[in-house]
Amino acid sequence: MEKLMLLGDEALAQGALDAGISGFYAYPGTPSTEIVEYVQRSKQAAQMNVHRTWSSNEKTAVESAIGMSFAGKRTMVTMKHVGLNVAADPFMNSALTGANGGIIITVADDPSMHSSQNEQDSRFYGKFAMIPILEPSNQQECYDMAFYGFELSEKYHVPVLLRLTTRLSHSRSGVTRREVLPQKQMRKPDDIFQFMLLPAIARKKYKHHIELQKDFLAESIVSPFNEFNFEGTDYSRGIITTGLAYNYLREVFAGKPIPHPILKVCQYPVPEEIVSNLYDRCDSLLILEEGMPLLEDSIRGFALGTKKPIHGRLDGTIPRDGELNPNKIAVALGLPDTYGKDIPEIVSQRPPALCVGCPHSDSFLALNEAIAEYGRGHVFSDIGCYTLGFMPPYNAINACVDMGASITMAKGAADAGLFPSIAVIGDSTFSHSGLTGLLDCVFDKTNVVIVILDNATTGMTGGQEYTGAGKLEAICEGIGVEKEHIRVFVPLKKNFDEMVRIYKEEIAYNGISVIIPRRECLQTLKRKNKMEVQS
Amino acid sequence: MKKDIILAGVGGQGILTIATILGDAALKRGWQLKQAEVHGMSQRGGDVQSHLRLSDEPIWSDLITLGKADMILSVEPMEALRYLPYLAPDGWIITNKTPFVNIPNYPEIEAVYRQIESIPNHLLIDADELAKEVKANRAMNIVTLGAAIKHLGFSAEEIEASIRSIFERKGEVIVESNIRALRAGIDFKK
Repeated sequence: MEKLMLLGDEALAQGALDAGISGFYAYPGTPSTEIVEYVQRSKQAAQMNVHRTWSSNEKTAVESAIGMSFAGKRTMVTMKHVGLNVAADPFMNSALTGANGGIIITVADDPSMHSSQNEQDSRFYGKFAMIPILEPSNQQECYDMAFYGFELSEKYHVPVLLRLTTRLSHSRSGVTRREVLPQKQMRKPDDIFQFMLLPAIARKKYKHHIELQKDFLAESIVSPFNEFNFEGTDYSRGIITTGLAYNYLREVFAGKPIPHPILKVCQYPVPEEIVSNLYDRCDSLLILEEGMPLLEDSIRGFALGTKKPIHGRLDGTIPRDGELNPNKIAVALGLPDTYGKDIPEIVSQRPPALCVGCPHSDSFLALNEAIAEYGRGHVFSDIGCYTLGFMPPYNAINACVDMGASITMAKGAADAGLFPSIAVIGDSTFSHSGLTGLLDCVFDKTNVVIVILDNATTGMTGGQEYTGAGKLEAICEGIGVEKEHIRVFVPLKKNFDEMVRIYKEEIAYNGISVIIPRRECLQTLKRKNKMEVQS
Repeated sequence: MKKDIILAGVGGQGILTIATILGDAALKRGWQLKQAEVHGMSQRGGDVQSHLRLSDEPIWSDLITLGKADMILSVEPMEALRYLPYLAPDGWIITNKTPFVNIPNYPEIEAVYRQIESIPNHLLIDADELAKEVKANRAMNIVTLGAAIKHLGFSAEEIEASIRSIFERKGEVIVESNIRALRAGIDFKK
């Protein structure tokens, strides 16, 4: 079959297309964005009429996918790890409704926080929801697990969590395709109670879900993705890897046989029987997992009362935080480490920065001028390119917590008496999670200034469309913000005085003001111009 | 045979194009490859790198091991130095000379050159200037690649063939200017 060079994200997308998916649902988020971007570029997806436009946020995405599953078709939701916090409600409950058409919930974790606020490990969510988890170790497995995941989901009528990490999402390698499966026909659930979580029904469904656990465990034990490798005969140490860690271990031995027995785990629940078997035979265990010590914790549970050492992230054999690499594993194995030369002291940091001429920079400079008299500590911001407004020369914002938090934090601070209390949020982030917070402000008539930076795109993730585009004033007015306090300006240097004046007027107004600086993102503008020149 | 290459630069300078060309040339040989890229927040005017691994045998890790890179190939001189912890003792550092200054504390450029020259196997190339000379102004990345291919064991013909297949859809003018840039890099003598 045809071989393609694909990012892990793209391999998964292609796998899902070839496995006969009918709809992807997602909000962009690094490192997951390329999954749906790939689908949006795919001719095959267009021919199959696969749903592939962006959702407002991860919660709406998961709910839409549950709906598509209800209608009997295969569907996938994709998001970054913190997106699953947003979607936690439908995610947890989907474990009880279960699936009709197969559902794969793909979550891309970001250990080392390359582009994230934390490095939470989504496998804990899978364990929490008591559903099967798949964790590919390479691009080919990303592709294959789409097929396998849908089959597993449909076999047990349960959603499957598929966990990616940054290095797999964003690394390219060869992938062999399989025969393309037809899409599923629409077919409503056979059981009319299936998606009905009234307490009386939910209690029964939860009991059934608990009964399924032994089946999920049995699937893990026979899973083609969990490999027990006895090539090594040195039982002083057994090694267990999860996901990508297996590759780093192989790398350390440079393709030569590894002297110890190895268990490669890529499907959960943790295959207890195999782990216990390994543990019984070896004098000690070394656990190599990308992320938080989920497996290590479970194994410590099985091993209670025994004295054999278990090494991993919990005892410091592997550093507790940050992503793995071959060097960390060599050190954990007591093998010689390698290192080039130190970075010379003259090398300066080159942190990411707003583009030269970015509309946000004009918005921030004018805001700084307008609030100079109040000192720092009045601006709550949010997740997006404009979070870089924290950096010099702007030093313009004082908080960044989660999607939409700018508005509600500004509200809470205003309730406590902070004046002025200002939120700075992007247009796409507002559309994702800002509306309900604004409604809270309107309900309480809170004295806040909400700045919605409108660059007509989801900028930080590379310029995707978003659901609220072109509707910002209408949304704010509909929610109840007074029309005369919805102010729009064009953030340009020449408009500096006007911008400062508008900020000051709205700070002076005792109530809810929305200010919308509106100018297109330079990156999307550049791309558009390029396309026009080409056509 | 195995080549581990750290590609370095600043977001938007075209290191992924270099990776695509080298990757294509490796695939045409029937080799395997893995290429880890940087996406997302780190791309916004910040430093970017890509780990490119080419081999005629299976490749395991997506990341290059510290101290094992055969080459740091950089389109910006200070960025070349940022990845020294990855360089093998006999590895090459090949970099464009032209600094990309978007930070207030960019070091004195002569000091940067001295550090690069302290690495036994180094090549400092004025790729921006050479690109201009051959009227391929935007192809300094391809000039830099040209200077590197001999040390990676690729022939000019192999890389030209890959440039043709990758830039084909952009038209003959773009293909030719990139090939001129490649040759300027190949012909570069210290």
